[in-house]
Amino acid sequence: MNDILNISRRGLLQGAGALTLAFAIPSDILAEAAKKLPRNLERNANLASWIRVHADGKITLLIGKVELGQGTVTAAAQIAADELQIDINRLDVISGDTFEGPNERTTAGSGSAPGCFPAVHQAAAEVRHILVHMAAQKLSVEAGSLTVLDGVISDGAQSLSYWELVDGLNLNVEPTGEAELISIDRHKYIGQSVPRFDLPAKITGQPIFVQEMHPEGVVYGAIARPPTYKSSLVSADFGPIEAMEGVLKIVRNGSLLGVVAKRQEQAWAAALELSKTAHWNVQSDLPGHDGIFEWLENADSEEKELVNEGSQDVAVSRVVESTFYRPYQMHGSIGPSAAIAKLGTDGIMTVHTHSQATFAAADTIAEFLGMEKGKVHCIHTQGSGCYGHNMADDAAVDAAWLASNMSGTPVKLQYSREEEHKWEPYGTAMMMKARAGIDDNGDVVTWNMEIWSTPHSTRPSGQARRVLSARYIDPPLEMDKRKDGGPPNYAAARNGIPLYKFENTRVSTHFVPEMPIRVSAFRGLGAYANAFAIESFIDEIAAESNADPLEFRLRYLTEQRAVDVLKKTAEIFGWDNWEPKKNIGRGIAFAKYKNLHAYCAVAVEAQVTPRNGKVRVLRIASAADCGHLVAPDNVANQIEGGIIQSLSATLKEEVKFDNTSILSTDWASYPILTFSEVPPIEVELINRPGLPYLGTAEASQEQVAPALAAAIYDATGARMRRLPFTPDRVKKAIKG
Amino acid sequence: MINFSLNDEDVSVEVADGATLLSLLSETLQMSGVKYGCGKSQCGACAVLVDGSKVISCSTPAKSVAGRSVTTLAGLMENGEPNALQKAFIAEQAAQCGYCTSGMIISAQEILDNNPDPSDAEIRAGLNGNLCRCGTHNRVVRAVLRAAREN
Repeated sequence: MNDILNISRRGLLQGAGALTLAFAIPSDILAEAAKKLPRNLERNANLASWIRVHADGKITLLIGKVELGQGTVTAAAQIAADELQIDINRLDVISGDTFEGPNERTTAGSGSAPGCFPAVHQAAAEVRHILVHMAAQKLSVEAGSLTVLDGVISDGAQSLSYWELVDGLNLNVEPTGEAELISIDRHKYIGQSVPRFDLPAKITGQPIFVQEMHPEGVVYGAIARPPTYKSSLVSADFGPIEAMEGVLKIVRNGSLLGVVAKRQEQAWAAALELSKTAHWNVQSDLPGHDGIFEWLENADSEEKELVNEGSQDVAVSRVVESTFYRPYQMHGSIGPSAAIAKLGTDGIMTVHTHSQATFAAADTIAEFLGMEKGKVHCIHTQGSGCYGHNMADDAAVDAAWLASNMSGTPVKLQYSREEEHKWEPYGTAMMMKARAGIDDNGDVVTWNMEIWSTPHSTRPSGQARRVLSARYIDPPLEMDKRKDGGPPNYAAARNGIPLYKFENTRVSTHFVPEMPIRVSAFRGLGAYANAFAIESFIDEIAAESNADPLEFRLRYLTEQRAVDVLKKTAEIFGWDNWEPKKNIGRGIAFAKYKNLHAYCAVAVEAQVTPRNGKVRVLRIASAADCGHLVAPDNVANQIEGGIIQSLSATLKEEVKFDNTSILSTDWASYPILTFSEVPPIEVELINRPGLPYLGTAEASQEQVAPALAAAIYDATGARMRRLPFTPDRVKKAIKG
Repeated sequence: MINFSLNDEDVSVEVADGATLLSLLSETLQMSGVKYGCGKSQCGACAVLVDGSKVISCSTPAKSVAGRSVTTLAGLMENGEPNALQKAFIAEQAAQCGYCTSGMIISAQEILDNNPDPSDAEIRAGLNGNLCRCGTHNRVVRAVLRAAREN
């Protein structure tokens, strides 16, 4: 095994190897059944990739989706335990291991519930099916007469356990798609709030994060970053740096400079000094944070019409027009990204990484280092919450690069706070221009929204040219021209098409491929900005039409589940009997993530102090429909977390930069919400047993900004159309 | 070489010039649950207790703990079991990614040690130096209230 950390879970795999054939499945059945398999299982059509049964009474579940703090691993185990009919404590889970488990691609986009969970259901059911049929054969009874209780297969008179059947069990077979799932009424774990597997370690101080692991003989790395994105190295004097305490090695490839030292702090200090003393050619051509929207509007862009139903050239009584702005915002992981890498004597590069896409990361590292694909082994090891594509992949590549220069020695690298703040790929700045025509009754006749955006994803996906360090090596690897994401998920236009049924609707994008500021996937992609624009604009039109914003939305919503979450939110907020008070307002907003995932509405009550523009959110209520709930408390945690994170983004967050550098370099220059600023939040979930699992992690990222903007309007009459709603901006808006 | 007490055990350790307490605890002594977050006393992820008071270890010289008593998250355990506060965090599932949790619990322990019956607002004020990005603030406050109630 190449595991650097010697994690004890490895022991679980002993004895799980090749076992003799027990069951042959005719290939014509396989061909027929393959169509029925959940997609992730079809892509990894070998049961041993998912489940391994051990003679000691334990079962290993292997999944490709990884734990980012969203509870996916525990929820997947709940499903496996129910389908296998075992006590959940028999399960150990390995996730995101490129030499062991299934490749479920990226853990992102609220895709684990709809993608991984059905695959685990079917894989576990297939394994149960195989074991039950083995038992039936051995006991000379009909399989249909057997039941399973915690792994013991019995017909009431005689029994055999899974653990007794390990010898002779062959799971290196394709799933048939024939095994029946356990019915909902027999679920013991699905639908229950099972405590997360990973929390005891995090709460009692056991090693679980890659950031807190320090394997035997480890040395520490750091990158000497250039002054800004567009920099090239002219010269550097390594001598004084090599003489610094603890420094073991300086590595250079073109303009990319790395340092290896005995301790992390020594590596950081040496890298900082190297960066400062080196001579760099620097370009100063950034538009600056205040100039970015003008830049966006004037940059070369690709125009695309996504929807054009009816006509925009119809008679209307009044026209309403507004423009909405979203600045660059950062993922802002509390723990800067890290990785541990080691080049073994067997030529295998092993990397412990908190990448969301370990299989792609392995290919990316291989390409960056010029290694053969398949010679890089990535093992997902938890990191700080990422909320999208942060610097996890960069760290994996940088650590592997340094480790490739330190053969046989494990190299750990954790970025400094300033490095993570300045160099992570932010959620892009966006601008949305909305225009609506209203008739005499106050109804919407025409709706038109145009969206300006730079790309939303530079995930490496196996391509070295997309990692940060690639642009500095010799010869530099240039980022490929990024495309915008198309239907049904969209990227820039995610949640940009209103679910409200208007007679005449047009939505278009102005996609700007150039990226003056480094960007990539940040929770929800375009959804946060587009929902801000759509829902704010609906509130503006409702006000123009003298309509209640809740009633106004219900006029145009045709989906019952959307209506249900709005009405439930209004009910728990107390919308109908709410009494206006001075400087206190209320607002409500709705979105269905990607227009195809979870339904969620949020109502906000906020107090504004006109004198200084300070906004205090007094309370928030939210109802969400995430389909059939596997882990209700965890879903509530996700909904509440999305609300708080987006409230932070809405009130405070904007990446600042001048013509040369990023100026948001720490938590003082990029402040986020603190405990005293977090309001009471009431969340209610609408469970839909039997309906598909809908991803949750991005379900509540879209509603807070427009609901709060509406509450500020309700309190003061001022419209907030540019994020974030800082006191200065609110004060200015109130003064008009 | 400095001597100090770490989670009730005597430690003698060589300390590099300029090393922070964070570096000593997390790297040299491999104490999990002491995590680097910002290096500037802005986020609280690296908090530990020194003689019972919260200290931000990323901004504290390692040598300053000579002769003193340091408690990390693991050191709050009682007879190998989570203490009342840790149990309350588990009961409330008061984390998502959990990176900031160790610092949160250290801060909360100091709050409870000074005031066994803190109000919601007092808990929040005491935790304002601890940043959470996942948005688990209200769960964390509920966990501290639960620990106060059940103790």
